[in-house]
Amino acid sequence: MKALCWQGVNELSVEQVPDPAILNAQDAIVKVTASTTCGSDLHLLGGYIPAMRAGDVIGHEFIGEIVDVGPEVSRHRPGDRVVVCSIIGCGRCWSCRHDQWSLCENSNPSPGITDLMWGGTTAGIFGYSHAMGGFRGSHAEYIRVPFVDYNAFTVPEGVSDLDVLFASDAAPTGWMGAELGGVKPGDVVAVWGCGGVGQMAARAAMLLGADRVIAIDRYPERLAMTARHVGCEVIDYTSTDVTAELRERTGGRGPDVCVEAVGMEADSTGIQRVYDGIKQQLRLEQDRPIAVREAIRACRTGGSVFVLGVFAGFVDKFPLGALMNKGLTLRGAQQHGQRFIPKLLDRIAKGDLKPSYLATHVMTLDEGPKGYEMFKHKKDGCVRAVFRPWA
Amino acid sequence: MKRLVAGAAALAAGLGVARWAASRGRMPGAVKDPLESSRWLGITINRPPDEVAPGGRLPEPLSRMDAEVRMNRAPGDRGTEVYARPRAQRAGADAVLARLRGEDPRTEIRTALRETKSLLETGDVLRSDEEIGTTRPTMPGKVLDMALGRAAEGGRL
Repeated sequence: MKALCWQGVNELSVEQVPDPAILNAQDAIVKVTASTTCGSDLHLLGGYIPAMRAGDVIGHEFIGEIVDVGPEVSRHRPGDRVVVCSIIGCGRCWSCRHDQWSLCENSNPSPGITDLMWGGTTAGIFGYSHAMGGFRGSHAEYIRVPFVDYNAFTVPEGVSDLDVLFASDAAPTGWMGAELGGVKPGDVVAVWGCGGVGQMAARAAMLLGADRVIAIDRYPERLAMTARHVGCEVIDYTSTDVTAELRERTGGRGPDVCVEAVGMEADSTGIQRVYDGIKQQLRLEQDRPIAVREAIRACRTGGSVFVLGVFAGFVDKFPLGALMNKGLTLRGAQQHGQRFIPKLLDRIAKGDLKPSYLATHVMTLDEGPKGYEMFKHKKDGCVRAVFRPWA
Repeated sequence: MKRLVAGAAALAAGLGVARWAASRGRMPGAVKDPLESSRWLGITINRPPDEVAPGGRLPEPLSRMDAEVRMNRAPGDRGTEVYARPRAQRAGADAVLARLRGEDPRTEIRTALRETKSLLETGDVLRSDEEIGTTRPTMPGKVLDMALGRAAEGGRL
């Protein structure tokens, strides 16, 4: 079959690879009908997560049709149109039973790497390096889905592919940031990053009753898209002092909840950009935590900061003094998608959430390398490139 | 290349400073776990004790290990804590050589504990897609392979 493969740092190609197979009795094979780029793929592409091998199939946010199931699959059958969570959960360990699906204790066959790096086991993720289990990604004609009864969700009738596609990752990730960040009616919420996840976090904050939501980015087209589709306020960080702007908009308090949706390659202006850039390139600092620092500084005393952006290792100049003395709550996680996807599908079916506008560029799988080039450099206003393997 | 040289220089400078400080007796050395070869390896299984070892029978594959095993109910709703360690304990050079040969009994017990947990909780042990590979050999890939070769067995447990 055809698949989009990582070949080295900033190098992708479409290759013929062996078809996936059912390896465990609770697996299914899904024919991928749409699969989208995600900002976290760029960390793999750029070599910031050094656990990729030449030929690995990337992609983790997708929908499709089940074409084959193992003998112990009970909730799905061939023909089901499904959206699949990017995180693989077994559904029966303590973490999954407590809705902390990205901490699944049985879905990463190579837990030694994450155990060693982070002191704990985390879940397997599709197309997300050998540290996360070495599972093939979704930018392919077919994909194997382990523990399919827990990880695939039947798509409601009448919902379009492009609306439901983002229920695989961007929408539940954003929802998690707002919900576990503790957004409640009357709150002021700031979201760093107007990519797909940031926009979904902003929308989730509004649906959870936030009084004001303010999204921060530097790309005019993304800011305009967020203002138009999410309906929240925006700040261009290249034209103002973000913390001063946030204080002024919140009676001097700062936002109640700050959601960081940027990750380890955060950009900035001024000396901080140069400092973190040099340290990261020298591998003296693995991740650039610029947006996290700003969120902690901007957050109101006693407020909450949720880190949605992907980080892999160590950061420098982390403002622990501010965190401690301001009495902040800091949380983070890969998405616990299975916890949120069912209710998001309901909201999408009802029209409360219509994420299809994020799909700015719909392409064939053969155009995968070009799609990532556009996505990485935000060319032509690309927010998400979506690949249609069977188009 | 410039980045590599600069990084190596910074690392060498850092190591030099650390060594100098240590030589002046101002820096205590890292403490090696004195119980490394005899410490119990533990895992928590989300099943009650009577399902983990019905009638006192140890579950597979843990039962096949030449190991001391003990277990107790975990606090809260967490199931059962299962602990194991090899009956024959190796230390020093013997332990290092066994590890290099891939014959470290603690490694086998780690794997057995993980597989026992997965079988009891899910009925299966998940296999990786790596079995039907799409990758091609490269030099960086070989380094990664060395790390991944032990990834299923090492780590915190």
